[in-house]
Amino acid sequence: MKLHEYQAKEVLARFGVPVPKGRVARTADEAEAIAKELGGRVVIKAQAHTGARGKAGGVKVANDPAEAKKFASEIIGMTLVTHQTGPQGLPVGSVLVEEAIDIDREIYLSAAIDNSPGRPVLIASSQGGMDIEEVAEKSPEAIVKTHIDPACGFQPYQGRQLAFAVGLGGEHLNAAAALIGNVAKAFLEADASIVEINPLVVTKDGRILAADAKFSIDDNADYRQKPMFELRDRSQEAEKELEAHDAGIQNYVKLDGSIGCLVNGAGLAMATLDAIKFAGGDAANFLDIGTANNPEAVVSALKIIGSDPDVKAVLVNIFGGLARTDIIAEGTVQAIKGGHVKQPVVVRLAGTNVELGSKILDESGLDLGRADGFAEAARMAVEAAK
Amino acid sequence: MGVLMDENSRVVVQGFGGAGQREAITGRNYGTNIVCGVTPGRGGQTIEGFEVLNTVREAVDKYDANVSLIFVPAPFAADAILEAADAEIPTAICITEGIPTLDMMRVKRALAGGKTRLIGPNCPGVINPAAKSRAGIMPVDVYLPGNVGVISRSGTLVYEAVDQLTRLGIGQSGSVGVGGDPIIGTSQREALELFEADPDTAAVVLIGEIGGTAEQEAAEYVKTMSKPVVAFIAGATAPPGRRMGHAGAIIAGAAGTAAAKQAALRDAGAAVVENPGDIGSTMQRVLKERGLS
Repeated sequence: MKLHEYQAKEVLARFGVPVPKGRVARTADEAEAIAKELGGRVVIKAQAHTGARGKAGGVKVANDPAEAKKFASEIIGMTLVTHQTGPQGLPVGSVLVEEAIDIDREIYLSAAIDNSPGRPVLIASSQGGMDIEEVAEKSPEAIVKTHIDPACGFQPYQGRQLAFAVGLGGEHLNAAAALIGNVAKAFLEADASIVEINPLVVTKDGRILAADAKFSIDDNADYRQKPMFELRDRSQEAEKELEAHDAGIQNYVKLDGSIGCLVNGAGLAMATLDAIKFAGGDAANFLDIGTANNPEAVVSALKIIGSDPDVKAVLVNIFGGLARTDIIAEGTVQAIKGGHVKQPVVVRLAGTNVELGSKILDESGLDLGRADGFAEAARMAVEAAK
Repeated sequence: MGVLMDENSRVVVQGFGGAGQREAITGRNYGTNIVCGVTPGRGGQTIEGFEVLNTVREAVDKYDANVSLIFVPAPFAADAILEAADAEIPTAICITEGIPTLDMMRVKRALAGGKTRLIGPNCPGVINPAAKSRAGIMPVDVYLPGNVGVISRSGTLVYEAVDQLTRLGIGQSGSVGVGGDPIIGTSQREALELFEADPDTAAVVLIGEIGGTAEQEAAEYVKTMSKPVVAFIAGATAPPGRRMGHAGAIIAGAAGTAAAKQAALRDAGAAVVENPGDIGSTMQRVLKERGLS
């Protein structure tokens, strides 16, 4: 789950990471009041789950409270379209109003999981404000990393190591090393999957501040990070995905194509999208039904798919292991007979209880496309969507 | 032979609830020696003919269990894995999905250098069809004893690949589901090492997916292998930045894309399949070319 920038900064500040003075505003009047309080020039930043907000017109510098009010009224309510959001963009419901800072230098700092060693890694670069992938490609020597040993945690020397490497030695050393240690602490205690501060800035008056912040939390840790998950902003998620989430379907991703997919297993679900592409079509969604152990779960999933106006045909592709094909078959028949799916449906069943599952489909009296292999099923679905 | 499971495997099921019991019965019917279940506080009961014990240590003392199959719910799964390791179970196979990543970080650190190899979590388990030895959730009917090993991050894609092979009359020496999470006990590379060392395996199917760099690390090892590898990467059409079901299946950078992984495996000499429907037929061709069929 992603946090907004203002939420990320609140969390980081709680862990002792210095951030610019400022607060979130949900109306232009609030923005004006915060600007008055801060005094001087302020930055108005659109709060939406995307980067590159500046280029899309979501970040403005205001010289006085009146201007802050004007910019905030323009930004609140806008739809921010960036290369990360897709053409539909994301709604902006609030702005962060912050003191404008005079920047001397920009640094990059992040914490993430490094899968192979199975440890968190802290990454820093003297080239802040840039896309880290781009830095990694063009000047890999500018990037330094240090892994956290889960047994003893982040050590102060690691903070010093990174601080020295990005030019924060001398007068900045203690503050920088402490800040890096606090980022590590926030990462571990909040069950984060990524914390990215880009840029971390040194101001002309000698302060070190997190000028921007991204913070994502491991969805698997929701049961023990309840206050964090209360920060979730549903307006930043696609409508169909929220509908799926509310129906108890965790693994649904809305896509651009016309073939609705119901699949068990993440790998098979991804491969089904690939097979549809190979057959000349595009999937309307990714949906991993997992171990559907009751027909109702299948009906809810097919309701979500069937009510999607983009869907022209539906492909049910199940290879039962823990999931039982007879339950999937039963749910599919119920969903169609209940009028939840009006599009043509292609079903491919294999694995656990496949004889029983096939029998349920045979005896349903429904006109279903049936396939043995899933490449064939994908071809039939693409054909049916035309 | 075969990898991780054989005629001498004695399986204890940790977390003997609905799924654990069902899979224990399927395993027993298949011919696997499932010795008992473990549910703390339920010791002394007998369920479906299986004795239930309180601890893994008891399962080792009483039945000489040497494989633990774990179904314990996510919030308690890390504890279950560490209990298996404390009892020095050589192979712990964790099916559980949804374990917090930082729990697995601590587990991996705790297991390092110890006596227990972890498979998974969030995996379908391990099977050796010739030995009728199964610790997992895979459907048994699709398997045919033979000489091809199958490794996959995804459960259902193991079944899919095995099914394609079996339909072409190509049997399997075993399958290992390494798991779909960011931090897993045994990597694709380590699973390749096991099949490379197995005299009953002639070739390997490797099924990766988007996210992370494990396939690139596996590719480094493919370069040194004597046995041919057929590889498929799921998620070539997945959008970046979105978690595709598996916690580990998210493209966070250029290395995480299917294209980057396919290129690394192709450079390493693997036969890379782009259409998931072609896994079986590609293995058939590779076996023929190498004179292994």
